[in-house]
Order: sequence, then structure tokens, then C-alpha cells
Amino acid sequence: MARAVTPRRKMLNTAVAWIIGLLIFFPILWIVILSFKTEGDAIRTPLGVLTSGWTFDSYSVVQERSDYFHHFWNSVILSVGSTVLGLVIAVPSAWAMAFVPGKQTKNVLMWMLSTKMLPPVGVLMPIYLICQSLGLLDTRIALTLILMMINLPIIIWMLYTYFREIPGDILEAARMDGAALKEEVLFVLLPMAVPGIASTLLLNIILAWNEAFWTLNLTAANSAPLTAFIASYSSPEGLFYAKLSAASTMAIAPILIMGWFSQKQLVRGLTFGAVK
Amino acid sequence: MGRITLDKVTKSFGEVQVIPPLDLSIEEGEFVVFVGPSGCGKSTLLRLIAGLEDTTSGHIRIDGEDATDLPPAKRRLAMVFQSYALYPHMTVRKNIAFPMRMAKLDKAEQDRRVEEAARVLNLTDYLDRRPGQLSGGQRQRVAIGRAIVREPAAFLFDEPLSNLDAALRVGMRLEISELHERLKTTMIYVTHDQVEAMTMADKIVVLQAGEIEQVGSPLDLYRTPRNRFVAGFIGSPKMNFIEGNAAKQHGAETIGIRPEHIDITETGEWSGTVGVSEHLGSDTFFHVHDTGLADVMTVRASGEVGYKHGDRIHMTPRPDMLHRFDASGLRIA
Repeated sequence: MARAVTPRRKMLNTAVAWIIGLLIFFPILWIVILSFKTEGDAIRTPLGVLTSGWTFDSYSVVQERSDYFHHFWNSVILSVGSTVLGLVIAVPSAWAMAFVPGKQTKNVLMWMLSTKMLPPVGVLMPIYLICQSLGLLDTRIALTLILMMINLPIIIWMLYTYFREIPGDILEAARMDGAALKEEVLFVLLPMAVPGIASTLLLNIILAWNEAFWTLNLTAANSAPLTAFIASYSSPEGLFYAKLSAASTMAIAPILIMGWFSQKQLVRGLTFGAVK
Repeated sequence: MGRITLDKVTKSFGEVQVIPPLDLSIEEGEFVVFVGPSGCGKSTLLRLIAGLEDTTSGHIRIDGEDATDLPPAKRRLAMVFQSYALYPHMTVRKNIAFPMRMAKLDKAEQDRRVEEAARVLNLTDYLDRRPGQLSGGQRQRVAIGRAIVREPAAFLFDEPLSNLDAALRVGMRLEISELHERLKTTMIYVTHDQVEAMTMADKIVVLQAGEIEQVGSPLDLYRTPRNRFVAGFIGSPKMNFIEGNAAKQHGAETIGIRPEHIDITETGEWSGTVGVSEHLGSDTFFHVHDTGLADVMTVRASGEVGYKHGDRIHMTPRPDMLHRFDASGLRIA
């Protein structure tokens, strides 16, 4: 039953929603504004910032000083690579847990999730040393594998939830129709799970794109993605707000645009199972 | 093609044995209905035959070949599910063609069989739609279409009509019977609805708690139920059971008489007060109280008969239609 909402109440709700939305969005907005200022104007009072002149200088300096596209390309390879690799591993494991659950399935799921609760810095040393002895420091392959592993629990959990929504009858029908396991997964399960897989893919690309701990600690120049690109502007010589803001804007723009165009998928993905 | 034999088949889930050792043979071309109350193991039995569940012990043979350890795909059986289980992302055409695609039949033959199945099932105009755009009855026909194109050794139906409304159910019942007449392929059909069992089956298997209570033709079961359970389960409305002295007079622990085998007469052996009457037009069913025999007795009268609530009536059972059961519920011949 729909609850009765008076027009006044509705206006109030809308206003509150807008205020909260703006509060959350404000830091990003401020970064974008600062990126169009000179270094001098960027450290003035908020009013001073807003009333000062606009310029593209920071962007040209940033592009001159560090190669944006090199970092951008690294970010794409790391986030897409780790997500696709993760899906390849997660699909069979989620299938097994969703359709042939054993006594320990719930525990295994919890155990996987618990790895996300550990502080990553706890395993920084061993992983750093492993990478070092294998000669994998500052390589894309090492970082792709590490990002894949840290997001794998989330990928498996999401896929598991989607697969659980698929009626077992349909898979049994495929079996009766002569489909072997491979065909059952390829022709029936995966096409039916496409919306779920798409949102898993999107969310994990975003998570990997924004991941800063491992990407900052295990890269130098070769494999540095956009997170390292941003960080390079907060240097010991002091903060350069305008340039830092320009770098940040350039780093978050692609993912923000992607998120904007796929928001329907993302919302559906995150609420899947909760609303039917 | 399509002879299925179960030899001492059992099924346990953990400690619980749902199917105690069971033997059954289904002849080529037979329409066999498994019927029983919910939880009697009829669906499990069908899934064992399908290969969707593994047997705990015993053997299943299909056309003489041991199929016990064969995966479902290798058993040459087709199944129609209660939920239809269509592939939602495929068109009707692709749904029906799916088993042939798995069998790697050539494309021209696939098309020919899809067209043929669609024609028989009145689906020609819907071939390019998705299952979501079809009504329940149409979906069920797609599921049947998907089963027939494979030309299987036998069809398995798992309560295929229980999601349809009453009118559609009667129609689909006839269509399935018609299909059986035409294809002459073995069909195994699971239902909890004894009317479906009576109207469609060549052979009914009545199950309770995983055990076979009786196997026989619909009229065999109706005329000579082997025990009280079968007597009460087959026939609608249910048979009246009378215990005590009235039964002792007939030399039995319990006697049973069907509502249609009791006549309402001027004077008679039994009498009672009319309670609820159900007027169906062609028949009228009276629920009779205070008979001194059973709590309520159901009596059928042909056509429109106008007794009112509270009327006193006399009843005479047809003596040759009395069923007698002993203390353990078995029929006394």
C-alpha cells in the first residue's frame, strides 16, 4: 500500500535529499572548481576562490609534467584485466556454491568475505617481498593479479547472489535437453545472468580503478595507474592545490562518466535480491 | 522403444529413506500416472528415472539397457516441468530447437521439426516471441514442443498442469492425451490430482510414503481398491467409510461405499439429516449427518434434487458395490 504523502512533505523530502546529495558531491565539485584556478587563487578563501578568474593552465602543466595517457592506459589494463580474470575464476566457484551447495558452503562464503575485513597493510610486507623476489615489482601483471585477488570475494559473492535467483528447474531442463555441464553454463546460466554479470563487472572495474593502497605501494613508473598520478602531485615540496585538483579531475572523469551512463545497471546490481 | 524397469530402487536423503525398495515396470507406449498425496515420493521417483537424482541402490533400465549411472542427457528422456522451465532469454523457436542444437542435428532438420511441432501445438504465430510474452497455457505448450522434437524414448511430466487455471487444465489434459494417442510414446505423468490420473492414465501407480500401494488401470482401482488408502484416494467425492456394528454385520472391520452407490429411497437401511448440499446441475451431492454410521456421509443424486438443510432422508447402499476391509485396512475379497 502506498503511503499518503502531502505535497508539503514531498517538497521537504526533496529538499533534504538535494542537500544530502550536494554535501556528498561537494568535495568533487570543489576539486573541479580548483582545477580551473591558478595556484595563487586556489588557496584563497572560498569566496575568493569563486570570484577569481578561470584558467586551463593547471591542465596543460599537468599534461606536460606527467604523461596522463600512460597512467590512464595502466588504469584501464589493471581494472579491466583484474575484473575479467576475477570473473573467469568466480563464475565456476559461484556456480558450485549456488547450485551444488555442501555443508560448508556458507562457511566458505563467510571465510572469503572475512579476508576483506583484514587491514591490507598486514600483508604488505610478505606480498612486497614475494613480488620483489619474483622480479614483479612495478609490473602490470603483478598488480592485475593482486587487484583480482582482493576483489575476488566481492565478485564471487555478487555472482553467487545472482545465480541463486536463477531457478534450478531451468538448469535441470537444460540437462534433460542433452546439455553437458559446459553447455549448460554457456548457453543457459550465463545468458540468464547477464544483467548480474554486467553490474558485477562495472562495480569491480570501479573498485579496481579507485584502489590506491596496492597501486601506490607496488608501483613506481612503469605500471603506475591514475591513483599514482594523483599522488605524485602531493609532493614533499608542498601541495599544489590547483595542479592536484586538475590531476584528480582527469583521473576520476573517465570512471565518473562510465558510472553515469551505467547507473541503471549499478543500482540494479546493488539492490538485486533485495527487491524483486 | 520406451520400456522402463525399476529394480529394487531406493533413495535416501541422508538418514531418511524416502523410497524404500521399489519394483515397477512400465511397458512401451504406456501412459503411466504416479499419483499420491504431497510428499509421497512421486516426484522423487520421476526425478530418479530422469537422472536428476542419483539412486541410493537398485537399477533403472531403459529399453533393457542399464541407465542407473547415466547422466540425464544420455537417457533419451524428455521432461516437462511444473514451472515450464523455459529459457527466458531465447525465443520460442530457439527454446524448442535447443535439444536438437545440443544433439547437433543439421539446421534444416531442426527447422522442419520446429515448424512441425509449432503446427501441432498451435504455436506457429508465436515462434519469434519470448516466453515472457506468452500465457501460461502457451508456455506449457512450448515446454511440450521442446520435449517432442527430441523424439525421446519416453516423456516425463512433473505436475505440468498445476499452474494453470481450471478451464485451461481440462483443455491441456485432452491435448496431452491426444498427443499420446498420436505419438504412442511412453509417458510418465506425476500428479496429486486423482481426476487427472483417472482421465489420462492407461496405468495408475498409487504411492504413499514412497511405497506403491497399488498399480492398475483407472477402473481396476476404482472397482477393486487393494486397501483403504487407495479406496479413499481414488474417486471423487471420496468413498464413505463406516466402522463399528454396521461393518461387523458385513463381516468386516470397515466397509466403504462410494457416494454414487447410495440411493436415496422412501424407506431404507440407513437414515440421516441433510446438511450442506452441493448443486452441480448434473449431480447433487448431499452431506448427511446423524446417520449413526460415520460423522458425515456423502451421497450423490442424479440431476437436480431439492432436499433442504435439515430434511430427514433414507438411504440404501447398493449391496454389490460395498467394499469390505479388514483391521489392517486390506480388502476382503
